[in-house]
Amino acid sequence: MNHDYQYTPKNGFSKWLDKRLPLMRFADENLLSFPTPKNLNYFYTFGFILTMCLVTQIITGIVLAMHYVPNTLLAFDSIEHIMRDVNYGWLIRYTHSNGASMFFLAVFIHMFRGLYYGSYKEPREIIWILGVVIFLLMIITGFMGYVLPWGQMSFWGATVITNLVATIPIIGEPVLTLLLGGYSVDNPTLNRFFSLHYLLPFVIFGVVILHIWALHVTGNNNPTGIEVKDSKDTISFHPYYTVKDLFAYIVFLLMFCYFIFYNPNILGHPDNYIEADPMLTPAHIVPEWYLLPFYAILRAVPDKLMGVLLMFGSIVVLFFLPWLDTMKVKSARYRPLYKIFFLLFVVSCLLLGYLGAKAPEGIYLFLSRVSTIYYFAFFLVIMPVLSRIEKPLPMPIGISNPAIDSSVYDSGNGVASGAPSYAMDSVNRH
Amino acid sequence: MTDTTDNQDPSRRDFLYITTAVFGATGAASLAWPLIDQLNPSASVSALSSIEADISSIPEGGSLKVAWRGKPIFIRRRTKEEIEIAEMEDSLDLPHPEKDLDRVKNKEWLVVVGVCTHLGCIPIADSGDFGGWFCPCHGSHYDISGRIRKGPAPTNLEVPPYEFVNENIIKIG
Amino acid sequence: MNIFKKIFKNNFSFFLVLFIFSGSLNAAEGTTFKNQKPGFSFEGPFGKFDKESLKRGYQVYSEVCSACHGMKQLSFRNLSQPGGPEFSVEKVKAIASGYSIFDGTNEYGEPIERSMALTDRFPKPYGSKDEAKAANNGAYPPDLSLIVKARVDGYNYLYSLLNGYEEEIPEDLDIGDLSYNPWFPGGAIAMYQPLYDESVEYEDGTIATIDQMSYDVTNFLAWAAEPTMEERKKLGFTVMGFLFIFLILMYLSVNKLFKDVH
Repeated sequence: MNHDYQYTPKNGFSKWLDKRLPLMRFADENLLSFPTPKNLNYFYTFGFILTMCLVTQIITGIVLAMHYVPNTLLAFDSIEHIMRDVNYGWLIRYTHSNGASMFFLAVFIHMFRGLYYGSYKEPREIIWILGVVIFLLMIITGFMGYVLPWGQMSFWGATVITNLVATIPIIGEPVLTLLLGGYSVDNPTLNRFFSLHYLLPFVIFGVVILHIWALHVTGNNNPTGIEVKDSKDTISFHPYYTVKDLFAYIVFLLMFCYFIFYNPNILGHPDNYIEADPMLTPAHIVPEWYLLPFYAILRAVPDKLMGVLLMFGSIVVLFFLPWLDTMKVKSARYRPLYKIFFLLFVVSCLLLGYLGAKAPEGIYLFLSRVSTIYYFAFFLVIMPVLSRIEKPLPMPIGISNPAIDSSVYDSGNGVASGAPSYAMDSVNRH
Repeated sequence: MTDTTDNQDPSRRDFLYITTAVFGATGAASLAWPLIDQLNPSASVSALSSIEADISSIPEGGSLKVAWRGKPIFIRRRTKEEIEIAEMEDSLDLPHPEKDLDRVKNKEWLVVVGVCTHLGCIPIADSGDFGGWFCPCHGSHYDISGRIRKGPAPTNLEVPPYEFVNENIIKIG
Repeated sequence: MNIFKKIFKNNFSFFLVLFIFSGSLNAAEGTTFKNQKPGFSFEGPFGKFDKESLKRGYQVYSEVCSACHGMKQLSFRNLSQPGGPEFSVEKVKAIASGYSIFDGTNEYGEPIERSMALTDRFPKPYGSKDEAKAANNGAYPPDLSLIVKARVDGYNYLYSLLNGYEEEIPEDLDIGDLSYNPWFPGGAIAMYQPLYDESVEYEDGTIATIDQMSYDVTNFLAWAAEPTMEERKKLGFTVMGFLFIFLILMYLSVNKLFKDVH
C-alpha cells in the first residue's frame, strides 16, 4: 500500500470537521486516493457492479414493499396491481426480479475471478470468507423473495426446499414446523419470508461493509498475484477505477436493460404467473436459474439426506478454500496445471446449472454425478495435490517490473519461454 | 502514446470529462422520477377520483351520503323553506361570508364535502343550532347551506367540483 | 495463447455462455407439437398492438370465452386506456353497463344490484372454483388475465391451440369425453372446440374465420397479460439509447484516463 500520501484538509470547514468527524479523511483514504494496483483488468470491476446491484435491489425492494401485500389471498393480485396500476410499477418490479438474476450473474463472475487469481490466499482469507457469507445470505434472500409473488413455482419451490429440512434425523420435522409456522407452506410462512426478505439485504449490506473494510486493510490482489511493493505499482482509486468501474457498469446495465425492457420474463418460469394452488403440483418444479447448480447436486445423490448435505457442503467447502489451496503463487497466470483444472471447474459448474433444469434420469443423471464429483474433487483433492506438486511458471519481480524474479525460481528452464507472455500480461493489461 | 497533443490541450480533455459527467448526472437524476411517481395515486385509485351518484330516489328534505376520494359527500335535496332561510341568512354577519347561491349549482341541491373544516371529523346531519350539521368533536354548527355558524371551525364546508350529468345523475370530481 | 486465455480475456463470452444456458431452461417443457407462428404485430423491440385486432379480440372474449373463463385482473377502464384496444370511454361505459353486480347492502341488509361502471372488474363467470368445476366436467377453466405469460411460448401456443382442434383422433389415443387437440400437452383437452366459423359477427365487418378469431383473441389476451408492454418497449428504447451514448463517452474517458498509466 501507498503510505507516502496523507490527507490534508484544505479549507477552514474541512479542518474543523476533520477534528470532530473525519468524514472527508475517511472518504479520501478509502475511496478517492486509495492506492489500487494499476494492472486490474475488467474482471475486477465486479465488486463495484455488485455494490450497485445490492443498492438497486434495496431501493426497488423498498418501493415494492409499499404496494405488495404479504397475504396468501392478496399477494398474487397485489403483484399484478403493481404491474398494471402503480405508476412505473412494471419497471420497478421487473428491475427487482431481473435484478436478482443480474446480482447472481455478477457474483458468480466475481467468485470465479477470485478463484482464478487466488484472491482468497493469505492475507485475504477473511475477505473471501466474508464473501462466502454474503453469497450464502444472497441465496437465502433470493429464495425467500421468489416465494413472495405466490405463484405456483413460488409455492412449490418453497415446499420442496423447506422439506429438505425434514431430512435431518430426529429434529427435522419439528424444525420444519417451526420454520413454516404450520404444517405446510401457508400464510404464516409467507409473512415471515416477507419479513426476512426485507431484513436480510440490510444484513448483506453490513457484511459488504466488512468485506470492503477487510479489502482496504490488505489492499487489492491483482492479475499477477504479486503483492504491491511501492507506489509505482499503484494508482489512486479515483479517478482511475471509479471511471473504469462505471464504464463496466454501463456495459452491465445495457445487458440488464435488455432483460428489463425487452425480455423481462425469460429468466423466470411461466408457472409463476399462475396463482399458487396447494392442491395442484406443476409438472416440473425448477428453482431460479442461479440455484440450478445446487439443485443438480441435490438430485445427483440417490440418498436424500446425503443429497442435502452435499448441497450445503458445496457452499461450506468454499469457507475452507484458503487452507485447501496452500500454493504460495496466487494467480493462475503462473500456474499452468491449475489453470486447466480451473477451466474444467467452470465447465462443471455450467454443466450442473444446465442439468439442474433437466429431469434426473439417464445421461443427465450420469453427467450430474460426474460434475458433482468433479466439483468436490476440485476443492478437496486437486487443490491440495496441486499445491504440493505444481511447478509455477517464472514470475516477474513486481507489477511494474517485468524482470524475472530469479531469487525465487531457478533460472535454468522456463525463463526464456515464459518471459514474453508475462511481460505482455503485466504491461498491457489495463 | 506517441500522440501528446491531447495531453497538452487541457480544454479538450476537460470537455470530454465534463460532457460525460453531465450525461451521467442527467441519467442518475432521471432515475429518480419513476421512484417518486410510484408514490402518486395508482391508475386504480385515479379511476375512482370521479364518481357518479344517482339522486333520483332522494325525496325532498332527504339526503344521500356517498364516498368520494375516501371522504363522505353530503348531497341534500333542500325544501323550499330551507332554501328561503339559507338565502335570507346571506345578509347576516357570518364567520365565513358566502352567498348561498355561490355554494350551489341548483338551489334545490346542496353538495358539500362532509368533513368538518376544523380537524376533519364528520358532522352529523339534521342537528345543531342552525338546522344543518353539527360536528360532535368540538362543537361546530353548520347551517343548511353548509356554512359555519358557531364553533371552532374556520371555514364553511367545502363544495367539491361536481356537475349534473342529467337530472338524475351528479358527477363528482 | 491457449484457448482458456481467449475465453477468459473476453468478458462477454462469459455472459453469452451463461445466458445461452439460462435461456434454454424454459424450453424444457415442450408441447406436443411445435407451435404455429402466425406472426404478431407486438413482437420485436418496436412491436405495438394492433388496436383493431384487440377490439375484435375483446368481442371474441366477451361473446365466447367469457362464458367459462374469467379475467379477474382486468377492469373495464383498461379497455380505453392507452396501449390497449383504446375503445372510446362512452363505448366502454356502454359495455360495462350491460353487466350487473351485487355491491353492498341496503338498510335492510339486502344486497343491492347495480350495473357495472368503468372501475369494475370484468364479471366472473362462476361464483366459486367448485361451481366452475361442476359446470365443466370437473375441469377448471383457468382465469385468462395472465394466460399468455403463464404458458411456454404463450401467444403462439394459444393461437395454435385455438386454431388446432382436429376431428380425427389418432387410433392409439383414448381421450374419453375430452376433445382432441394435438397442441395440448397429451392431446386430450377438457375444453370443447370453442370457435367455429362465424361464431361471432365482427362489428367492423371482418370475416370471422376460426383462424381470424384465434388470432384476434390471442392478440387481446397478450395485451391483457401485459397492458404496459408498449410503454415498456418505448421507454426501453429511450433508456438504452441514452446508455449507449453514455457508454461511448465513458469509453473515450477511460481510454484517455488510462493513456498515461503504464
